[in-house]
Amino acid sequence: MLYIDDIGRYFLMIKMSFFKPSKWKVQRKLIFKEINDLIIESIPIVAILSFFIGGVVAIQTALNLSSPFLSKSLIGFATRQSVILEFAPTFMSIIMAGKVGSYITSSIGTMRVTEQIDALEVMGINPLNYLVFPKIIALLFYPFVITVAMFVAIFGGFVAMTFAGVPSEAFISGIQMDFDPFHVSYAYLKTILFAFILATVPSYHGFYMKGGALEVGKASTLSFVWTSIIIIIVNFIITQLLLS
Amino acid sequence: MIEVKNIIKSFDGSKILKNISTTFEKGKTNLIIGQSGSGKTVLLKCLLGLHQPDSGEIIYDGISNTNMNESDKTLLRREMGMVFQGSALFDSMSVLENVMFPLNMLTNKNEEEIREKAKLVIERVELNNAINKLPSEISGGMQKRVAIARAIVMNPKYLFCDEPNSGLDPKTAIVIDKLIHEITKEYNITTIINSHDMNSVIEIGEKIIFLLSGEKNWEGTNTEILKTNVKSVKNFVYSSELLKKVKKYL
Repeated sequence: MLYIDDIGRYFLMIKMSFFKPSKWKVQRKLIFKEINDLIIESIPIVAILSFFIGGVVAIQTALNLSSPFLSKSLIGFATRQSVILEFAPTFMSIIMAGKVGSYITSSIGTMRVTEQIDALEVMGINPLNYLVFPKIIALLFYPFVITVAMFVAIFGGFVAMTFAGVPSEAFISGIQMDFDPFHVSYAYLKTILFAFILATVPSYHGFYMKGGALEVGKASTLSFVWTSIIIIIVNFIITQLLLS
Repeated sequence: MIEVKNIIKSFDGSKILKNISTTFEKGKTNLIIGQSGSGKTVLLKCLLGLHQPDSGEIIYDGISNTNMNESDKTLLRREMGMVFQGSALFDSMSVLENVMFPLNMLTNKNEEEIREKAKLVIERVELNNAINKLPSEISGGMQKRVAIARAIVMNPKYLFCDEPNSGLDPKTAIVIDKLIHEITKEYNITTIINSHDMNSVIEIGEKIIFLLSGEKNWEGTNTEILKTNVKSVKNFVYSSELLKKVKKYL
């Protein structure tokens, strides 16, 4: 019963975040700030993680393709497929649930605890539009982050294989082998859905939290758990619908 | 002027406000006092429109809350200024930006006009030297001044203050009280202060409402409260040793 109440309130929150919009002059500033905080500032960590995980994926694939009858280009092929289909959109989004999600929950939660959200309401400003809407818009640029993750992870795989002595021509021809553009569309469709989840679920946990500073920490943890669970479930549903 | 008529408010079946009726007068500092849990904050939130009373009526200069739709309520809120207990300043904004915020959000004035108006109000609360500082870089008393400046920058008809002295030393508390009192007179607004600080009551309480367990137990002025014979009010007023000694000279 409690979860049904939460789900209903979550959808009402999304609806309310599009109502009573703030002035465009103000909204524009907020959107640019959120793009900087949520997208631009995430790129370094995404690039570092992607590079090394791409390398690990390539090394583990190479380990399992030790037979001399199997072409070395399969390493590039498997790395590309793993990165585009799963690693970049899904696992990077779970990592982002920790970084971006916790940031959103703690920043909105702190505003709740320190009565800043009450102050907005008293001024006659819709706090959901002021706080949540810019985050939703900023995260429309999230596919850009995932694109960076895809390229850097495949590059990481290439570097790892170069050090391992795999001919670079073989890895590159593997990357180009049997390329299906639908897989990229599938990855970006997932990414857009995950972006929406990343913007709204942590906002919900921050906006409706109760208590003091300690509860802000608890809300951030809870937000990370729920964002990850929802991403994994949505990932399963989308994969079932589009790839099975 | 705000008239409150037979307000009842309950939470989870327990009555917090029990049939409260009173009047908060224009151009005066009206104080709601009472012990913790007496319903002061709930009454203030009802007046602010953050809580909807279960029954009863609140009349703001002749306009009843019962006839208001959402857009009327939004417009009414724009005539209200609020000073929160913890100041509720926006952490990422400077003093100037905090004061400019309501003007930026709610008016169509240009940037220069907004800046000028905000600077005037900041000057009024004597914070010119802290204009570019962040809330975390100024003292609690200064934060309260910024909160007052932000609350009055829109020229509100009604000013609400929730425990404006909480967390301040006695000297700064008196300065803040006097500032609110002066602003009430200058801007001729209806000021309602939620407090349990007897200093504020004596200094600036032109009209005082004493709440006891959700009921209006007493109302009067700061001179009347010191001489009252109502036991619950006497117990509250003379709860400190200092005031007990003062009482001997009355």
